[in-house]
Amino acid sequence: MGVLELKNVSLTLGGKPVLNDVTVDFWEGHVHALIGPNGAGKSTLASVIMGLPGYTDITGDILLDGERINDLPVHERARRGITLAWQEPARFEGLRVDRFVLAGAKDKSTDTARRVLARVGLDPDKYMQRAVDRTLSGGERKRIELASILAMEPRIVLMDEPDSGIDVEALGRMFDVLVDFKERGATVVMITHSEEVLKHAEHAFLMCNGTILDKGPVDRIDGYFAGHCMPCGHTNEPDAGELQGAFE
Amino acid sequence: MSPTQQQIETARELLASLGAFGAHISGDDVAHLEVHGNEVVGAHLVPGLEVDAEQLDDGVEVHIRVKPGARIAKPIHFCFGMLPEEGLQHIVMDVEAGEDSYAAVQAHCTFPNAVDITHTMDAEVRLKPGATYEYFERHLHGREGGVIVVPKSKVYVGEGAHFKTEFELIKGQAGVIDFDYDVDCDAHSLLDMITRIWGRGKDRISVREAARLNGEDAHAVLQSHIAVKDEAVADVNNSLAANAAGARGHVDCKEIVQGAAVAKAVPIVEVRHPRAHVTHEAAIGSVDSKQLQTLMARGLDEDKATDLIIEALLG
Repeated sequence: MGVLELKNVSLTLGGKPVLNDVTVDFWEGHVHALIGPNGAGKSTLASVIMGLPGYTDITGDILLDGERINDLPVHERARRGITLAWQEPARFEGLRVDRFVLAGAKDKSTDTARRVLARVGLDPDKYMQRAVDRTLSGGERKRIELASILAMEPRIVLMDEPDSGIDVEALGRMFDVLVDFKERGATVVMITHSEEVLKHAEHAFLMCNGTILDKGPVDRIDGYFAGHCMPCGHTNEPDAGELQGAFE
Repeated sequence: MSPTQQQIETARELLASLGAFGAHISGDDVAHLEVHGNEVVGAHLVPGLEVDAEQLDDGVEVHIRVKPGARIAKPIHFCFGMLPEEGLQHIVMDVEAGEDSYAAVQAHCTFPNAVDITHTMDAEVRLKPGATYEYFERHLHGREGGVIVVPKSKVYVGEGAHFKTEFELIKGQAGVIDFDYDVDCDAHSLLDMITRIWGRGKDRISVREAARLNGEDAHAVLQSHIAVKDEAVADVNNSLAANAAGARGHVDCKEIVQGAAVAKAVPIVEVRHPRAHVTHEAAIGSVDSKQLQTLMARGLDEDKATDLIIEALLG
């Protein structure tokens, strides 16, 4: 049994189905990758798991340790150990890096802030007092967001395109942090379009049209990147009737 | 004349109401002035600084001179306030920062028990060429509001001078604020003006910041960061005129609105020279949803996340 399970989860937005009967398990202490074309529903799935506003009116069940968490608000899910790293992290005018990093930290000491910043390759002496605002590059904010998640010591980390907008050195740091998560027994779910990122996962899920098309070991699913996507005839415009017909 | 024991006790009580901020006002090299109602209850000066205070019926008139060339190393602390629940405190302030001088003032205005207090300030500030004068005014009010704050200042920034002012009212309930600063800037001068106010309950906040860049290459930034919640109302009018070659300026107004609060912003920019340039930016709205969701995804509930975002914006 997975630590986090989705059972028959469907979501319709603006009259269109964006998730269609998704059933998937994420295993404790394992790194998972969600791959698939743009519009497949990968980020939507992460938003549904996190319970973000606009993504809560689902059918089906989200289970954490076997307990249904559909009705829990975002912060309650976070307090139970689920968190999300956005593809494009937010900017916070005036909010100092150390305060941001420690906002959800279990240990709110300065030492924690320094340790996690160093872990993502940012010099604490240079960054602690800076603001998480437009003076930081997207890549720097991405590292700082990762540091804030490290400080939180979560059980389940959802990472939406963790490699986007970061340089090679930062990418290496990100992979190091993945090892940290795994060593601590945390479950990681990465959304990615990168073959290199996929290689750091143990399990892959191929999504298309709001559905999990295939799942299995990375070396089997990675054919997607060689243009061997499973035939499904989709037009990248989810349609409930079409989907139902295709998979009946 | 030495202060009486009663004055010393009042000064202590005023400083105590500042909490941690009051603790910094010590040491022979730190200049300070404490005014309770219309009475000067404490003062200490340092070389290069002259302060004359005259008692009025309803307040004090304070003349401050930073001597030409004087560099006051440590911030000068002013503490204005009233401990009773009711009263009027009118401050008339006349400041002259001498040529090439430097001074930074931290003014703490404390009304911890206010129910019906009016605090007004009429200031004239003159910066001589090359002077730098920083004035940071922090208000600490009680939880019930009950204070009418009316700071009005007329400022002249001489050639090559730098005037920086910050007005902060974040702790406690604002009450009624009618803030009005009017500044004229000569050539090569710099002006930084920042207002940070958090309005709650039935607070009424009016901010007017006006500046004219009259000399070549004068630069200015006017910033107002206001948050209002409950039934508070904020009305921000910022105007910046660039009247000379190379004059540059920016007006920035950010207001966060929660609950039944209302916020208005009117930025006015005026350019009277083809080589001058002024920009403005005004944003009014609720707390940014992505910021909120990010913090909630770290375990903060909505109220705590909102407070952190607003404190950061204002802090």
